[in-house]
Amino acid sequence: MAYELVTIGTSLGGLSALKTLLRSLPREFPAALAIVQHRHRESDQAMSAFLQQFTVLPVHEVEDKECIQPGHVYFAPADYHLLVEYGYFSLSVDEPVSYARPSIDVLLESAADAYHEQVIGVILTGANHDGVQGLSTLKARGGTAIVQDPDTAESAVLPTAAIAAVNVDWVLPLGQIAPRLIHLCAPAGA
Amino acid sequence: MAGTSGFKEQSELSRTSPVSILKPNDVDIHLLVEGLYHRYGYDFRNYAKASLKRRIHTFLKGENLASVAELQAQMLRDRACAERLLLGLTVNTTAMFRDPSFYQAFRQQVVPLLRTYPFFRIWHAGCSTGQEVYSMAILLQEEGLYPRCRIYATDANEKVLHTAKQGIYPAKQMQEYTQLYLQAGGRRTFSEYYTAHYSNVILRPFLRERIVFGEHNLVTDGSFNEFNVIICRNVLIYFNQTLQNQVHELFYNSLCKFGILGLGKQETIRFTKYETAYDELAKAEKLYRRRS
Repeated sequence: MAYELVTIGTSLGGLSALKTLLRSLPREFPAALAIVQHRHRESDQAMSAFLQQFTVLPVHEVEDKECIQPGHVYFAPADYHLLVEYGYFSLSVDEPVSYARPSIDVLLESAADAYHEQVIGVILTGANHDGVQGLSTLKARGGTAIVQDPDTAESAVLPTAAIAAVNVDWVLPLGQIAPRLIHLCAPAGA
Repeated sequence: MAGTSGFKEQSELSRTSPVSILKPNDVDIHLLVEGLYHRYGYDFRNYAKASLKRRIHTFLKGENLASVAELQAQMLRDRACAERLLLGLTVNTTAMFRDPSFYQAFRQQVVPLLRTYPFFRIWHAGCSTGQEVYSMAILLQEEGLYPRCRIYATDANEKVLHTAKQGIYPAKQMQEYTQLYLQAGGRRTFSEYYTAHYSNVILRPFLRERIVFGEHNLVTDGSFNEFNVIICRNVLIYFNQTLQNQVHELFYNSLCKFGILGLGKQETIRFTKYETAYDELAKAEKLYRRRS
């Protein structure tokens, strides 16, 4: 079954890693991407505007109940958790998880719940453990887990913890993650 | 893997049956929510599923229960457990002058409109423990409009309303609140608005004078007055689209002509039936004006 959603979680060093990843995805990329990058709660939309410069895919800062469209990039807004329902996003201002709001765990777990084996979870550079639990749930529900090779990560803490805790499908250097996503998400027979 | 076969079953069955077939985990949640409604009248049936599910699982851990099914059985037998669950399912994240740019926009865009009324009513729906209501009172006081208004502050939860009425908050939060007050365009010294009392502060009584606190449930209760302004921030995110539409109907019918609606920073009327019923007054701050 084709993948419909790629969820990505990252904290320290994430902006630069996301730049590398997003700029390699083509206009016809067939899945939606949902991203949690840990950020200060007072940060504005400058981050998504910044990343828009590096990708041909439209970048959104998610608004509550926004539809999930293939080939679009969705950012968790500052100070909200980003949750996935089947076909659309929801937001919450529940307590921070692992000191983080938005939390990677919240995104990945809700995506796994809604999309099961049609979701890919990607963990990039990061300095704490938020995202490990989420990736584990995503994998348990039949999703596919990809982790950035800690040797290529600005901060190896999160990728190392994810690899230790989860039976991940691929550990890849940053530069190979986008090509892998393109390959995995390609429509059958293409 | 159960997930794969379950998925096929669902699409095949739904062709012949009007009932939507749920996965086992979702059935448990569904039954719990139905039970809570039919046994106690607490209606979470149209809450957004993903966040509701998270809070139920957090509650399970706190209660040392192994499964949602176990919680359901326990909750049906034990009213105290149901009450605790009710509290666990409601979210009360708030701060004075939360999102300071909202208050700045309110000062710039809404206050001039309010000046044209000899008297106006504000409804703060889902006021939680009251911090944002008092913030509005302070803003209106500084604009010289407070004596001309009445603020109706409502919440479905009796417990948080009690805190809101008291206007007593931990002193350790004042540093953060002061910062937000200044960012929000505050014109005086924030400490003028409270008296310190050991580890708490008590807001000055005059701030409460024009506020009426009351219980109101957005899911089940109707309109109770006509308002010039309705503020409802970060409450509707917990509702699904059906319930959001229902509440937007309530708001629309409770606003006067050209009345103002203020939502949370990432909330929008774009995905509701009332998208065309309002003009954007301050787009980024989600301040809308009823068209006619």
